[in-house]
Amino acid sequence: MAYDKFNTLRSTAVPLPIENIDTDQLIPARFLKATERVGFGDNLFRDWRYNPDNTPKPDFVLNNPIYSGKILVGGKNFGSGSSREHAAWAVYDYGFRCVVSSFFADIFRNNCLNIGVLPVQVSPEFAEKIFAAIHADPNTELEVNLPEQTITLLASGDQETFEISPYKKDNMLNGFDDIDYLQSIKPEIEEFALHLPL
Amino acid sequence: MSKTLFDKVWDTHVVRKIEGGPDVLFIDRHLIHEVTSPVAFLGLKSRGISVLYPERTFATADHNTPTINQHLPVADPLSANQLKALESNSNEYGISHWGLGHQKNGIVHVVGPEYGITQPGATIVCGDSHTSTHGAFGAIAFGIGTSEVEMVLSTQCIMQPKPKKMRINVNGKLGIGVTPKDVALFIISQLTTSGATGYFVEYAGDVFENMTMEGRMTVCNLSIEMGARGGMIAPDQTTIDYVKGREFSPKGEAWEKALAYYKTLKTDPDAVFDKELTFDGSKIEPMITYGTNPGMGMGISQDIPDAAHAEGGAETYAKSLGYMGFSEGDSMIGKKVDFVFVGSCTNGRIEDFRAFTSLVKGKHKADDVTVWLVPGSHIVESQIKEEGLLDILTEAGFTLRQPGCSACLAMNDDKIPAGKYAVSTSNRNFEGRQGPGSRTMLASPLVAAAAAITGVVTDPRTLIEELV
Ligand code: SF4
Repeated sequence: MAYDKFNTLRSTAVPLPIENIDTDQLIPARFLKATERVGFGDNLFRDWRYNPDNTPKPDFVLNNPIYSGKILVGGKNFGSGSSREHAAWAVYDYGFRCVVSSFFADIFRNNCLNIGVLPVQVSPEFAEKIFAAIHADPNTELEVNLPEQTITLLASGDQETFEISPYKKDNMLNGFDDIDYLQSIKPEIEEFALHLPL
Repeated sequence: MSKTLFDKVWDTHVVRKIEGGPDVLFIDRHLIHEVTSPVAFLGLKSRGISVLYPERTFATADHNTPTINQHLPVADPLSANQLKALESNSNEYGISHWGLGHQKNGIVHVVGPEYGITQPGATIVCGDSHTSTHGAFGAIAFGIGTSEVEMVLSTQCIMQPKPKKMRINVNGKLGIGVTPKDVALFIISQLTTSGATGYFVEYAGDVFENMTMEGRMTVCNLSIEMGARGGMIAPDQTTIDYVKGREFSPKGEAWEKALAYYKTLKTDPDAVFDKELTFDGSKIEPMITYGTNPGMGMGISQDIPDAAHAEGGAETYAKSLGYMGFSEGDSMIGKKVDFVFVGSCTNGRIEDFRAFTSLVKGKHKADDVTVWLVPGSHIVESQIKEEGLLDILTEAGFTLRQPGCSACLAMNDDKIPAGKYAVSTSNRNFEGRQGPGSRTMLASPLVAAAAAITGVVTDPRTLIEELV
């Protein structure tokens, strides 16, 4: 599915300094019954966000109006667990375009890159700095610059670079996905398939 | 150049390497189910493209399906809709579809091996992270997202950077009551849930060599729980004996050709891994988890570690124990158990039901425990009956449900109620995984059996000793 191009994002951020945030928290399994990609943002962090009677839990950060923005900053090992792309859809559909963490689970990171959410891995020290800055001032702005591969705390000027493969970077900058690429090399794939050992 | 088993299988399947990017990897076998495929099919439709090799994809319904009264229409309209979508998409594109009620229906990672879809040296993917199960055969098998399901449907390829390689050796003789599940939970407790992120694992050593295929599947299944993309075990005679003659296994001349390929599938003696770990199998106890991720496991006779020894920071640790209603220093033995679940692609195979039955034989289910025994497939279900296990189970007060994922992820009605404790043979103890507010303790089928007859967490070894 096509997504919006990503270049430079300047935004406030929502802090969630919990480690090992897993895909069952991002989107519980009972919300995976759709046959279309709609409405997942409403159920992002469903059980942390809402009581069983569907009233919002006031102490959860997404229900706290002082925090907002297009960047989600999570604790270490973000997105562990299942391969459900729905977890990344929920993040995107809620309105986040970028997730920052000191460590990402593999499949989740991959899924994000495939659907237009930029995973930015920073050092644990930089993650701490971001959390501290947001807690001191919820209006703290971050700038994520994809062409330069930098993330900056605008108030202090603190900056780190992050990694992304040139191929994925190019995709993100242009809003392309892997399917476009694979379609373009189909004859090569069909030729390859003739010489497999199995 | 010397190669690892992983290198050999991977390199054989690389269609093209992209400079500064991922490899284009050809996928031999693709498994799909009702939850992660519908949006991929929608994607095909909106792009106006088709399925390139429908004969390489197999569909089964498992995540959403009820485990009782499967002959009746599915009551939940959303679930019914997903099952219908799987069926109509499969039919439209000529994909084998094993829907609810079909003799071959069952959990995707249980039926794949049973029908010989899983082959040594193959690349296998599925929109489910426990696809790592199939690594037990020396296949590269891993979970993918829905975008990737669409890629495989349309081009039989995905684009993946090659992961790093780790070898985990476990040698020695396993103690009484120690099962493959315990070996896996032990390894995860040592590595933590992110300890193998970025790696593909090869399991080696006599503990795995001596395991049955069922046991190896349990171990490889849980690779994802330490963050690894997958795990694999070199194929040997045990593997070949299992694979031979199954419905989708190669036959005749193709079998001879396949055998020659299988024989090449081992790590060269001087191949180098990015990381190598070795554990002593004789030191492993029956395991149980006490927290909200599979890395929070310990030997059943130990006490819950204090925060100072916990990975993940004190705040996360306190949140986790708080959710479970446990405290640092608690013993797990004697904790109240409300539900017992035996099933899932981790422990829903015949061996798991044999183990469970061996312990409950001649005893009786504890009155205040609800026990769900859910076979992974119809083949497992029939074996349970044919081997006489069902009679023993019935006598001990247990009933058998019908195949499906069930309480592993609680998408159907099999949900553990809020606040209740479950000993579960499945693979994840995340908050709410088995139903909103549910509290899960992961363990082996033997620990599950001990809980089912005593109503509390019990060291199965004490009951085995009684038997001897
Ligand atoms: S049993 Fe659980 S882990 Fe296995 S395929 Fe089903 S939901 Fe996934």
